[in-house]
Amino acid sequence: MRQILELASVTKTYGSGDTTVAALRDVSFGVEAGEFVAVMGPSGSGKSSLLALAGGLDMASHGEVYIQDTPLSSLGLAELARIRRRAVGYVFQDFNLIPTLTAVENAALPLELEGWKPSKAHRVARNALRQVGIEHLADRFMDQLSGGQQQRVAIARAIIGERSLILADEPTGALDSVTGNGVLEVLRERADAGAAVVMVTHEPRHAAWADRVVFLKDGRIVDQSSVQGDPNSLLVTG
Amino acid sequence: MSIKHSLLVMLQQQQRYGFELREEFERSTGATWPLNIGQVYTTLDRLERDGLVKDMGTDEAGHRYYEITDTGCQEARDWFNTPVAPSTPPRNELAIKLALALSTPGVDTGAVIQTQRLATIQTMQGYVRARREADRENKAEDLSWRFVLESLIYSAEAELKWLDHCEAKMSSMARASRSNAPRETTPSQPPTQAKRTNTATLEETR
Ligand SMILES: Nc1ncnc2c1ncn2[C@@H]1O[C@H](COP(=O)(O)OP(=O)(O)O)[C@@H](O)[C@H]1O
Ligand SMILES: [Mg+2]
Repeated sequence: MRQILELASVTKTYGSGDTTVAALRDVSFGVEAGEFVAVMGPSGSGKSSLLALAGGLDMASHGEVYIQDTPLSSLGLAELARIRRRAVGYVFQDFNLIPTLTAVENAALPLELEGWKPSKAHRVARNALRQVGIEHLADRFMDQLSGGQQQRVAIARAIIGERSLILADEPTGALDSVTGNGVLEVLRERADAGAAVVMVTHEPRHAAWADRVVFLKDGRIVDQSSVQGDPNSLLVTG
Repeated sequence: MSIKHSLLVMLQQQQRYGFELREEFERSTGATWPLNIGQVYTTLDRLERDGLVKDMGTDEAGHRYYEITDTGCQEARDWFNTPVAPSTPPRNELAIKLALALSTPGVDTGAVIQTQRLATIQTMQGYVRARREADRENKAEDLSWRFVLESLIYSAEAELKWLDHCEAKMSSMARASRSNAPRETTPSQPPTQAKRTNTATLEETR
């Protein structure tokens, strides 16, 4: 399978001198097309930092991040912005939605930035809102939506336009269990359709949807799990 | 698990024979708890002895049919109306293992936790995948199977959350003991012997 994301010996430190914090230490891992990876770990273990580097929102202190084989450190700001727009769908932990836009306008934004005609972008965005179960709220502004509904707008915005890398930071944090499963179903479908999906979560129930679970601790990967064998055989012996 | 009550409930719907009861049980619980046919026959004998079912004799194929009695129906109703007793906790090997790891010098409790966490999330991945299969096939009769699967998922999740909790507790105690360390030299605040032992163990397990 084609590798979509690769982190090669990535270290990320914040601050300098006595106040240096190492958020990631020598982290290497890759995600292939069609793969759904969950990242778990205690608070402060570097999960959000890992996702930000993977999405080109922040640069590694050492090591290299590749998106579709392009080393991000080789790119100028404009090129980096273009990769982020075209290849990466990002669900921020705090949603990052634009309050003066409606749900459908927020979701359509990446396509409009790519130069799509608004009418066409909105049609596709409505479809994405339907996938996350809030098509009926398409014309509401952000302050007219609950936290869980805003979270789903953020997810619609990230899955729109068939982007090949979807990065989601606690995308089920504000959702009840049934809605949360709906969102996982959407992420799972994107992976099954060929996207590489990385999701940070602290809910084991949600992480278990992934093909692989990566455990972070103190900025290092301590373990990785994957689904093995026939699930039914697990049950009979379990 | 109450085989006795499970059999009674299945007999409430219609007369059945032993092999059929086993099939029906495994179908509705998704073969999660395989039932041994010998257990089915001995349980049926006991139910008959206690007057909860009646032996209806064999058909031409040699199947011995059982019918539930009125007392049996009452017993089945009582079962549904009674909560499962929170009796003595089943022996939890993991809890025992962690407790012993913590009090045994030289055992890396953190590693014991991580080994378990990895195994449990893998098991959970298998459950979630099986649930998605069930969803895709989307048969109405699969609802009971889904409930069983979800019970397994939630139990595994409880175990993982408990492991997270144990780990977090260990780190915070280790941190506290490190920041208290300079004070241990102050004669006015001698640490208790128990605390000193505890601290040493935690440091070793990190
Ligand atoms: N912008 C920043 N400046 C300084 N320190 C940061 C910054 N972002 C994250 N950190 C630190 O890096 C570590 C990892 O943070 P983060 O990646 O947000 O962890 P997580 O998402 O797992 O909770 C933490 O110690 C955090 O305080
Ligand atoms: Mg975070």
